[in-house]
Amino acid sequence: MSASTANTERQSERQAVSLFQRDIVMRALIDSVRKLDPRVQIHNPVMFVVEIGSVITTITWLIQAFGGKPLGGGHEPAWYTFTIAIWLWLTVVFANMAEAFAEGRGRAQADTLRNMRKETVAKMRDGSTKAASELVKGDMVIVTAGELIPGDGTVTKGIATVDESAITGESAPVIRESGGDRSAVTGGTRVTSDEIVVEITQEPGHSFLDRMIALVEGAERRKTPNEIALNILLAALTLIFMIVVATLRPFGLFAGTSISETTLIALLVALIPTTIGALLSAIGIAGMDRMVRRNVLALSGRAVEASGDVDVLLLDKTGTITIGNRLASEFIPMPGVSEAELAEAAQLSSLADETPEGRSIVVLAKRYGIRAPWGPGEHDLRNTEAQFVPFSAQTRMSGVDYQGQQLRKGAGDSIVGFIEGEGGQAPPELRGQLDRIGREGGTPLAVARDSQVLGVIYLKDTIKEGMKVRFDHLRAMGIKTVMVTGDNRLTAAKIAEESGVDDFLAEATPEAKLALIKEQQEGGRLVAMTGDGTNDAPALAQADVGVAMNTGTQAAREAGNMVDLDSNPTKLIEIVEVGKQLLITRGALTTFSIANDVAKYFAILPAVFIATYATGVGPHPAQGPLHVLNIMNLGTPQSAIVSAIIFNALVIPLLIPLALRGVRYRPIGASALLRRNLLIYGLGGIVAPFIGIKLIDLIIHNVLGA
Amino acid sequence: MSLTGWLTIVLFAVILTALALPLGRYMAKVYTGERVFLTPLFGWLERFLYKVLRVDPQREQDWKSYAKSLLIFSLAGWLLLYLILRTQNAFYVPHALNPLGYHSAPWNVTFNTVSSFMTNTNWQYYSGETTMSYLSQMIGLTVQNWLSAGIGIVVAVALIRGIVGRSGKSIGNFWQDLVRTILYGLAPLSVLTAIVLVSQGVIQNFSTYLTAHTLTGLTQSIAMGPIASQEAIKLLGTNGGGFLNTNSAHPFENPTAFTNFFEMLLVLVIPAALVFAYGRMTGNRRQGYAIFATMMVMFLGAVTVAYIAEAHGSPAQHAAGLHTHVIAGSGGGNMEGKEQRFGIAGSALFDVVTTVTSCGAVNSALESFTGIGGAVPFANLSASEVIFGGVGTGLYSMLLYVLLAVFIGGLMVGRTPEWLGKKLEAREIKLAGLGILITPLAALFCTALATASSAGRKSIAEVALSKSGGNTPQGFSETFYAYLSQANNNGSAFAGYTGFIQPSAGNVGSHGITFADLLGGFDMLFARYAPILFALAVAGALAGKRVTPAGLGTMRTDNPTFVVLLIGVIVLVGALTFFPALLLGPIVQGLTGHLY
Repeated sequence: MSASTANTERQSERQAVSLFQRDIVMRALIDSVRKLDPRVQIHNPVMFVVEIGSVITTITWLIQAFGGKPLGGGHEPAWYTFTIAIWLWLTVVFANMAEAFAEGRGRAQADTLRNMRKETVAKMRDGSTKAASELVKGDMVIVTAGELIPGDGTVTKGIATVDESAITGESAPVIRESGGDRSAVTGGTRVTSDEIVVEITQEPGHSFLDRMIALVEGAERRKTPNEIALNILLAALTLIFMIVVATLRPFGLFAGTSISETTLIALLVALIPTTIGALLSAIGIAGMDRMVRRNVLALSGRAVEASGDVDVLLLDKTGTITIGNRLASEFIPMPGVSEAELAEAAQLSSLADETPEGRSIVVLAKRYGIRAPWGPGEHDLRNTEAQFVPFSAQTRMSGVDYQGQQLRKGAGDSIVGFIEGEGGQAPPELRGQLDRIGREGGTPLAVARDSQVLGVIYLKDTIKEGMKVRFDHLRAMGIKTVMVTGDNRLTAAKIAEESGVDDFLAEATPEAKLALIKEQQEGGRLVAMTGDGTNDAPALAQADVGVAMNTGTQAAREAGNMVDLDSNPTKLIEIVEVGKQLLITRGALTTFSIANDVAKYFAILPAVFIATYATGVGPHPAQGPLHVLNIMNLGTPQSAIVSAIIFNALVIPLLIPLALRGVRYRPIGASALLRRNLLIYGLGGIVAPFIGIKLIDLIIHNVLGA
Repeated sequence: MSLTGWLTIVLFAVILTALALPLGRYMAKVYTGERVFLTPLFGWLERFLYKVLRVDPQREQDWKSYAKSLLIFSLAGWLLLYLILRTQNAFYVPHALNPLGYHSAPWNVTFNTVSSFMTNTNWQYYSGETTMSYLSQMIGLTVQNWLSAGIGIVVAVALIRGIVGRSGKSIGNFWQDLVRTILYGLAPLSVLTAIVLVSQGVIQNFSTYLTAHTLTGLTQSIAMGPIASQEAIKLLGTNGGGFLNTNSAHPFENPTAFTNFFEMLLVLVIPAALVFAYGRMTGNRRQGYAIFATMMVMFLGAVTVAYIAEAHGSPAQHAAGLHTHVIAGSGGGNMEGKEQRFGIAGSALFDVVTTVTSCGAVNSALESFTGIGGAVPFANLSASEVIFGGVGTGLYSMLLYVLLAVFIGGLMVGRTPEWLGKKLEAREIKLAGLGILITPLAALFCTALATASSAGRKSIAEVALSKSGGNTPQGFSETFYAYLSQANNNGSAFAGYTGFIQPSAGNVGSHGITFADLLGGFDMLFARYAPILFALAVAGALAGKRVTPAGLGTMRTDNPTFVVLLIGVIVLVGALTFFPALLLGPIVQGLTGHLY
């Protein structure tokens, strides 16, 4: 696994776009009126019903204003109908505003990105030039220090530092070089040193930047499966309340009470789940936005939702659990081999090894006074007598054929296999040393020359701080962690134990990793993983949540359904939290919305039936028995109904910040979390409107005199 | 209120639980095809029946095929029963089976009655002893008592199979489930029950009616009949249609305080046992316990309110100073419409038992309950019969509510909702949502039609009697209760609402009120079969789903938190749907000293 992710342990959060930034507010206000278009509203059944109600009450008011009688009977004053109509319109506007705000924040991010897509001129390798927008897949371009990379691609030649702050927000430049797992470059980023040749890998208009803009803008937003299911539930509730309200009219007439259309519509709007109906799409957009602010690009809303469901996290040991770089700390020769001899062989076999491990072996060898037979940087070009054997996941060895000798270093088993293939036999001490190092949590690399094992290199692994706490955290969330490593079982077990991870996959090949994911999925579990190498691509594609590192190869970035711009593998934990937050926010606001109805009944129904079956005697001759249900002691029937509708409307903008921020997720176990949220949003949802409606009534009745 | 009263209630809950646990284990075995102690006795009969019915019990059905069998079977039963009732005296019927030579009831009343017995409602516009021949009672009504109960149970079993199913679309075989339900469940239990009832004085004969001379010198006709055999299944199958008009208040149906207690147990034992069977069939008994706890809490809550309200009396009784009169043997309170031998606790408990279930048998007059006491049956019906509920229907309706609660609660723990490891998606929510909506919608819609039209108001007794037109809370309560009861397939009534005018026994010169008969009939059929289809469709949708193993982050459906959530969802959905209508009926009456 690449170690390029080593220095990314940081919490870079994209600057949150303030909710009250002036231009966002203006745009949102305009949009919320523009979205009153019924063709937009029809997609949201709950708000569509409110809008129809607004239209009918407005017509009623117009009739009353010109001296007519209110529709459906009753003797309500025109101001009442007018007030209800206004607040119903406001209910729809507030709902639109919630969505517009959420979109506005995404749009602000997109605008920044769009500015980067300035028209650049690409220098082709053949010397000609071409506009960046005309580049097609397969074009080769040269980019030198100070220039913008014209399009997404793979570095085919050279090494350069690249400033990717435009898309990652990280100011420190990163290294991009040909071959390996750090070859992918993104259009719009700037080369700050050296020169590279880039092969363009995207057709025009489909670049990473284009996709990113579309995503944060919400242009490609589709309803997620859970959102659809919730929408159906809301539509069902709306349907039942429509019947409840429609049948109330004949029931009222039977009892000698005629109820006006305006009041019936007010009751309907108060009952249907407008709060969640208004905020549902904002919650979804905000979920994507929260990912973006954590520098994660979710390629679909579905992926965000799935991340809340993750059961198993596959974490690469290197860079995630340990500090990436295992460093050589000791050469342990086999009997009959001198330390210097081992050091020299180890150094030679590592000269072409660009990994930090390889470099650390060369550094350690220098302490034995050993120098490379050729200068740095020349090995791949000039020295023809050295034939380098690169590391491959199958052989799990690397090395060099030099001066007729085959020098190899690699995992113990692979080396033993190698020398046995050469007719040799491993010394009995080898196994003991390998096991000892493994038990101590280190990584042993065996070194062989032809058929002889020379000794073992001790690579030390350091576990990152705070991993144990994080894994406890994950366990409390109900997520199982599996460490994936190429190390042997002993080493893996030791590190797994120290770091507190639940399980491990040792001696992992890409095939084994893919098989593990499939096995977990067949057991019904949702699997998340991170990856950056080309060989991770199949597993990334197979995983339910596949987070590709931005530093990774193009293949990896294509295979995953999320891209982490920070290339920080521990980000998965945050991703899962964002997914859970999104779902909790939906559930909490649905509960709140339905629980609110109790208070609304107690406000509106006594107002409607105050005179029903009045006896005409006693202290309140005009009041029937049901007036005792006016437990909030609201001023007049009209003020009671208006208060309920105002509360119903105002609660939407009041909850916009919560919808955008999301309800906090606490890893306290499902039952405790359910209890907590039921208490806050269920019980709170029953109590809050009693207080809110009473307060509004105090203002409009006692102060304004309604 | 008295200590004896409270003790009766507590003892009832304890004995019910003790009986339902082993019965639940037994039923789980029956439906998973395990051998039970009755297998050697009935195994050959079961196989013989399959041969006669040409059923291959090995052939499993998907939900559509299961539903098709169920509908065809129901339709055939409907036609047969209609034929029997309409030809009561048309062909040669032995004198013993129609000793009084009763004619058939008119077509509209018969339509209502047939739909009523088909759907396990047992709503009765007619009086058994003045309308039905013994043949109609035994071959017609009793048989449907069995079959409608059986259908309710098999739907619940099929839904459970869908919930726990791990492979494919199959939810069992309808014919096999029905045969097993009757052979291993209803039949043996009914025989035992009938024997116990006879021992207590419930009659079982084909005599002609007796004539008695009263102390005041008048004559009184005393109805006879094969009552015990019908009484057993009336209660066990939560049917509730009395052989006699006064139902379980009549000494021939419910003679003693012991039979009163025993009959209440009979009503609840199968619905309660099915809940435990559900737990066992899911492989986690706690799932059953959680639902049982939910039902028991709501049940005891309803009993408590009813008992306190009845023991306290109504405001009108207080105004008249009636509550202070301690009537011999009772502790005072509202004894109007109650039998002395049952007392207030025995009546309050009985009526809660039969209105939480779809039984609807009564041992006292619901319309004579106090406003609040009378609101309890309303509230029970408003909860869509999920508190134990009818045999099978209670469980499958409850499971649809569980699905809804899991969806809302599941989101709040931060996962897309899953129930017993299966993801709940748009399709399940749509089907369960519709399944839950149908009953309340039917009830409200029919009540609106009946109260708004003069044809509908004709059925209200007070409309005919009073000059004011009878638009009183009582008139509303009667109408609303009639359609709520029929929609919930309950069958109990706030008397006064009628669909049958019968000047004399034997149906000569009688006529039905077509509007009430047909509206009620369709109310029952629609509110029975539409939810059944939705429940079976949910079973089909869940059957093939992949199961995710539960973890720490999974919402549990077998702990107290979930019980609270479930109760909250049931109460909230019921209250929000019916609160306005309840206001204009029982609540107005409960809040006023004025008599209606």
